[in-house]
Amino acid sequence: MFKGKAMGLLIPVLATFLGLFVGAILMLVTGYNPIDAYSALLEGMFGDSYYIGELIRTMTPLILAGLSVAFAYRSGLFNIGVEGQLMVGWLTAVYIGAAFEAPMIIHLPLSIAAAALAGALWAFIPGLLKAKLHVHEVIVTIMMNYIALYMVNAIIRAYLIIPGERTEGIYPSASLGSSFLQSLTEYSRVHYGIVIAILACLFMWFFLNKTTKGYELRAVGYNRDASNYAGMNVSRNIILSMVIAGAFAGLAGAAEGLGTFGYMSIQTGFSGVGFEGIAVALLGANTALGVFLAAFLFGGLKSGALTMNQQTNVPEDLISIVIALIIFFVASSYIIRAILNKRKKGEK
Amino acid sequence: MLALIISTMIYSAAPIMLVALGGLFSERSGVINIGLEGLMVIGAFTVIVTTLTLEASGVGAVSVWIGLAAAAILGAIFSLFHAVASIHFRADQVVSGVALNFLAVGVAVYAIKLLYDGSGQTAYISNRFYRFNLPYLSDIPVIGPLFFSNVYATSFLAFALALLVYYVIYYTPFGLRLRSVGEHPQAADTMGIKVLRMRYIGVMLSGVFGGLGGAVFAATFSGNFSATTIAGQGFMALAALIFGKWHPLGVIGAALFFGLAQALGVVGPSLPFLSNVPPVFLLMAPYVLTILALAGFVGRADGPKALGAPYIKGAR
Repeated sequence: MFKGKAMGLLIPVLATFLGLFVGAILMLVTGYNPIDAYSALLEGMFGDSYYIGELIRTMTPLILAGLSVAFAYRSGLFNIGVEGQLMVGWLTAVYIGAAFEAPMIIHLPLSIAAAALAGALWAFIPGLLKAKLHVHEVIVTIMMNYIALYMVNAIIRAYLIIPGERTEGIYPSASLGSSFLQSLTEYSRVHYGIVIAILACLFMWFFLNKTTKGYELRAVGYNRDASNYAGMNVSRNIILSMVIAGAFAGLAGAAEGLGTFGYMSIQTGFSGVGFEGIAVALLGANTALGVFLAAFLFGGLKSGALTMNQQTNVPEDLISIVIALIIFFVASSYIIRAILNKRKKGEK
Repeated sequence: MLALIISTMIYSAAPIMLVALGGLFSERSGVINIGLEGLMVIGAFTVIVTTLTLEASGVGAVSVWIGLAAAAILGAIFSLFHAVASIHFRADQVVSGVALNFLAVGVAVYAIKLLYDGSGQTAYISNRFYRFNLPYLSDIPVIGPLFFSNVYATSFLAFALALLVYYVIYYTPFGLRLRSVGEHPQAADTMGIKVLRMRYIGVMLSGVFGGLGGAVFAATFSGNFSATTIAGQGFMALAALIFGKWHPLGVIGAALFFGLAQALGVVGPSLPFLSNVPPVFLLMAPYVLTILALAGFVGRADGPKALGAPYIKGAR
């Protein structure tokens, strides 16, 4: 009964429910009314078109970050470096967008492509080290995050700063902003980055499931030695997988830089998008559609948290706790499976 | 000048050293601990809240020491989250560690907002750790000014604990068991060692040291707590653990080296031979070196063999 696809769907739903449930208990213990809080949260997600616009804006980089983690994971790699790849992508996109003015048909695609390339290059290093020297990619990508953080800030501070600790704004010809989408949503900050994110989902699905190269990447993820024996170039596939994952993360940076902000500030720390990307990928079972749905959920939780805070005074950090718990429950799916299967046996 | 660099190096190294030693217990038992950062957050949060509360009720200078103890205990309790998930529930240890980091910041900031009327940061504690000159020892020529003047008590605590850890890991039956569980849990099990229990102890000790390290950092440097008090020091400790090749003495060396990098970042601009080096390179140095160490350019750094794999009894 609970096997294969049904189980694959049940675990994330159950994990989400458990996460929200523990969050509710926490609110009760600390003197808040969870029903009021969660209804305010829902209103902040779907209450009117402005909220929906903000939800879509919040989920856009989450989709791309989630795809980045999920794509690497499918070939057996763990990309914790989304934060760093996102940052170099963001800076590159803003730099190209602000350095010169060009017709939009050239300028916008160029800025986006440059961001993807920057992210890809940043992920190439851990990919190369993993493939050639068997260095664990988790540690390297974490270190690359910090290197990116300091490097990006140093570059902004040294070359690109204008008063206010940020770079210049991009030209409209490089902007993902959309007056059409904004007018639909009472002037939220929603932008065309969502189109890129959806295209990226389609790309990942098509590439992994319909092409030979995608099959190779998945095969490497299932069993590295068998793939090698079958004549696949494992190390080249590992590098390719990291590079594509990095490109997704770079695109997330482009969405932030060209869509939401139009500039880049000196970063005091990580945005958290990359780490939430891990949660998105986990909850979405590392598939394109799953990532889209999970990003929708987390984007909604994040954008709705502000309304929840305004209306019921519950600190919005409750949502970080809920997200952490959801990761915990998905990661611990072994025990959930074990409990469900035991119950099933009991029924017989 | 040299005295300034050395003393800055030593006190910058102390929290990194403590946290990295915590990571050593966990990883030697076979459990990856990306959650060190989160454990530091909990430690920093605990020491500040405890000290503020005790100060308000008139306890005085000893408050911060009680705060340290509380941070160690709460760190151990909080690490159970990672322990249960990765040891019993067989969760991916990296994922569980990431979740721990998320949860720590969420819980700590949520609690701060509840305790201090919605404010995202606390007031400053008045009894921080201050520099002092060690009596008699600081009068020794050369060595005195370098190592015993302008020192923090917490630096001595860190070094003492580091040597204790070295002794425990390499010269006690407990250390041998812990290492065997991280290298070959099946063999250890055959010898009658309780693998899962050893791993719980390893992870909880990482909680003790992680909490302590975060507390030392907060009570020495920042003096208050906010969401950004701990920003990457836990990952730097993880880097020190790997750079130090999972060996206590190596960890001491690596932590001192990272402390030196930080000290040069602070003092560097006033040094003639470093004033032309942009400070960003010094900031990046620990991370770049860790990557180089892992790549084998600074000598091979191989972790414990069973690191990252859940132990399933009976599996081969």
